[in-house]
Amino acid sequence: MNEVEVTLQVNGEQRSARCEPRVTLADFLRGPLGLTGTHLGCEHGVCGACTVLIDGASARSCLTLAVQAAGHEVTTIEGLGTPENPHPLMRAFSEMHGLQCGFCTPGFIVSAYEYLRDNPRPDREAMRRDLSGNICRCTGYVKIFAAVERAAELMSG
Amino acid sequence: MTWVGQRVARKEDLPLVTGTGMYVSDIDLPGTLEVAFVRSPHAHARITHIDTAEARAAEGVVAVFTGPDIRGRVRPMVLDQEAAPPGLETAEPEIHPATIEILADGEVRHVGQAVAAVVAGSRYHAEDAAELVRVGYDELPAAVDPEAQNNPIVFDNVPHNVQARYRIRAGDADAAFASAPHRLSMTVRSQRVTAAPMETRGVLASTVGEETNVWSSTQIPWWVRNAIAGSLGIPQRLVRVQIPHMGGGFGLKVNVYPEEVLVTFISRVLKRPVRWVEDRVEHLIASGHARDQLHHVEAAFEADGRISAVRDRFVLDSGVACPYPLSSAYNVASHFRSMYAIPNFAIDGECVLTHKMFNLPYRGAGRPEAAFVMDRVMNAVAQALDLDPADVIRRNLIPDEAQPWSMRMPYRDGHEVVYDARGFPAAFERLLELIGYQEHRRAGKPNRGIGFGSYVEGTGVGPFESGQLQLDSEGRVVVYSGCAPHGQGLETTMSQVVADAFGITPEAVVFKAGDTALMPFGAGTFASRSAVTAGAAAIEASNRLLRRIKAIAGEIMEMAPEDLEVAEGMVRARGVPTRGVTLKDVFRASSPGPGARLPDGFGAGTIETFYWVPPTVTWGFGVVGAVVEVDRETGVVKLEKLVMLHDCGRVINPLIVEGQVEGGLMQGVGATLYEHVVYDAAGQPRATTFLDYLLPTSAEVPEIVQESLEGPPSERNPLGVKGVGESGPIAPPAAIANAIVDALRPLRVQLNELPLSPPVVLAAIELARA
Repeated sequence: MNEVEVTLQVNGEQRSARCEPRVTLADFLRGPLGLTGTHLGCEHGVCGACTVLIDGASARSCLTLAVQAAGHEVTTIEGLGTPENPHPLMRAFSEMHGLQCGFCTPGFIVSAYEYLRDNPRPDREAMRRDLSGNICRCTGYVKIFAAVERAAELMSG
Repeated sequence: MTWVGQRVARKEDLPLVTGTGMYVSDIDLPGTLEVAFVRSPHAHARITHIDTAEARAAEGVVAVFTGPDIRGRVRPMVLDQEAAPPGLETAEPEIHPATIEILADGEVRHVGQAVAAVVAGSRYHAEDAAELVRVGYDELPAAVDPEAQNNPIVFDNVPHNVQARYRIRAGDADAAFASAPHRLSMTVRSQRVTAAPMETRGVLASTVGEETNVWSSTQIPWWVRNAIAGSLGIPQRLVRVQIPHMGGGFGLKVNVYPEEVLVTFISRVLKRPVRWVEDRVEHLIASGHARDQLHHVEAAFEADGRISAVRDRFVLDSGVACPYPLSSAYNVASHFRSMYAIPNFAIDGECVLTHKMFNLPYRGAGRPEAAFVMDRVMNAVAQALDLDPADVIRRNLIPDEAQPWSMRMPYRDGHEVVYDARGFPAAFERLLELIGYQEHRRAGKPNRGIGFGSYVEGTGVGPFESGQLQLDSEGRVVVYSGCAPHGQGLETTMSQVVADAFGITPEAVVFKAGDTALMPFGAGTFASRSAVTAGAAAIEASNRLLRRIKAIAGEIMEMAPEDLEVAEGMVRARGVPTRGVTLKDVFRASSPGPGARLPDGFGAGTIETFYWVPPTVTWGFGVVGAVVEVDRETGVVKLEKLVMLHDCGRVINPLIVEGQVEGGLMQGVGATLYEHVVYDAAGQPRATTFLDYLLPTSAEVPEIVQESLEGPPSERNPLGVKGVGESGPIAPPAAIANAIVDALRPLRVQLNELPLSPPVVLAAIELARA
């Protein structure tokens, strides 16, 4: 199949690579761009493990084609923090035990980042609803709520 | 201060929260080929022909393999890892090995069975070509209902499709029934569910020379290695299995799968790295399912609600195989009577083959199914006698003065079931208090109900676990474990344990696991066993390494080893903290060669290994209360609150225990209200996406209250711990069902079939009204 050149902003950097037009954004990020922090849990848009931000709004990168993201700004887990300089959400997820196997965690942190950006003072009821697009099979969510609340404290303090 | 008991954050988190973890699908080996499978669309059919010519010619395709292609080169797996041990004779077990084919050859036996593997440069091309493989099928009648008469035989070596059966007779149930004033009988079903870890299965194999490195998302790396070697007919030393980061397992990954064998084979044939990562549709039809038990149960009881006897006959729908007939099925018998003093018990269980995906021991492994039956019976007894269900539970609980209680039957390890736990009545009273039961009985809101469930859990099962401790050149203590964690926090808890032994911080301990090259033997992480068995092995290996370190330090310091102590990275003279050598010094002195300072008769090195074999399991227990509100018009259940009290012996890390309990409870909620692997009458799976197979989300989480009962430390292992990993999902089905029954009073509903979806609840309401 013919390949096309796809150029997009990823985590503040311009990145280009060739891919078939049918390649998903998730596969494009994970493959040619080597950003494997974005995980694939279902590849049909339910589990949220592949959540990234496109122009600041959360999106399923498994249901988005790379060509659709061309020219847009994509933020992945790698753009939010690094092992040397983790984002407060990353620290809070660890501190409050908001993860176990860690597979859903990057997608959860990206969704929680958007949630806290729009709701700096988190509300448990609203959070239950707003984070319900990400599935976690390990934690039972309780400690994820606590982690998001803890991150809000860290970010405001 | 000791580290054990501290609420410390996990060591393993940083790569996981920053997206720098390394799961099977993240490993980047140059030249890796990707595999896509052609899978059976039929429950049961004869393969008439396979034409791969078009697929082989497709863009990017390197090879295509079918059953006939690998015939004679890759043998089917014949799994008999759960043969009955000595001591189980009274259960009269009859177990046939489970056969798992690598690629179908001539016949397909369930929808999703692998028929052909297409290998290409990318998964996209592999999937394109997989659609070009032409397979002809002659459909055959399928065995779908395990209780149906005249089902077709699934495997010729399993007569009547009964792959395993056993029977237990404790006391004299028939005599108790004959003299009992009251009896009831019910049919209770736990539906087919699946563990659904967020990471699907996946395997990558890379061959250099004769040796193949296999990275697999598995809970049992040594068994995977052994099975691959056996199936390919090669020595085990030519296969090394490693577990990179792993996105959950819950029992689904406690089996060796055909894809692990085949991907290894393909890598050895093509001499290239080869990977297959399961997609979610494959996962829902071709990764092990679980539960799926139908129980026909009877109880005999007194006018005050005391149960004198239970008789149960059940069928476990195995699908094409039940690779763990003792775990999935026999656990039902050994955990059935839970916390209750029921003297007479008769149970007959059968694992029956059908043309569905195979059945594995998912988190809880027989216990949730048993607990659902037992506590539904308890509730039905109360309903039949018009008694308060809490009073009926009270009257049946094993009193402390009767502990240690024997169930007068063997556990699956062959040892007698004798509880090393106490405090059942106190735990139940505390539950009533926490959940506000008295207030509810006095002035409860309409349509709001409270229900209870209970469990006991034999934890820390064998056969063994390995621990190897090494002092490295930097003076750090490295722990190698046969238990391979995948979310349980074992890196942290084992570091806490070893830190205490060496007087260092958990950060100073290095934990390594999940690699068959590290040690000759290991078992794995499953069955609520890691803290118990890996912990015991690490403690004993620590003691041995400490003795070795002190002996070598004593040689350097010219002191007797018993006058030395190890703390803060030093070996010091007791009482003279300024006099000592560093652990680095000890490592150097232990190195072979002229610089060695070893006591007479000591070999070089600072490594000690211990294989711990448990005497038998150690018993945790707990109670769960559920608060629900039910809409009588729609059958919709709103789960408001879950309260759980649990005893897991000595707690290594309260934060991790809480996380295990909360996560387990929510898996229990899913299995109670939402999840169902549906097969239709033709054996077609009907829940093949996460839009059909409903997992609980954050919107479904009730208020969760938990208390650790801080029971006495276990005396069956050196750490005093009991397992906790599987405890959460066991009791919620009964607790929630009983709460719904309570909410619907004065209607006398029966809810004996999971999941308790709105139509099921509504049907129960209508039946009770009729």
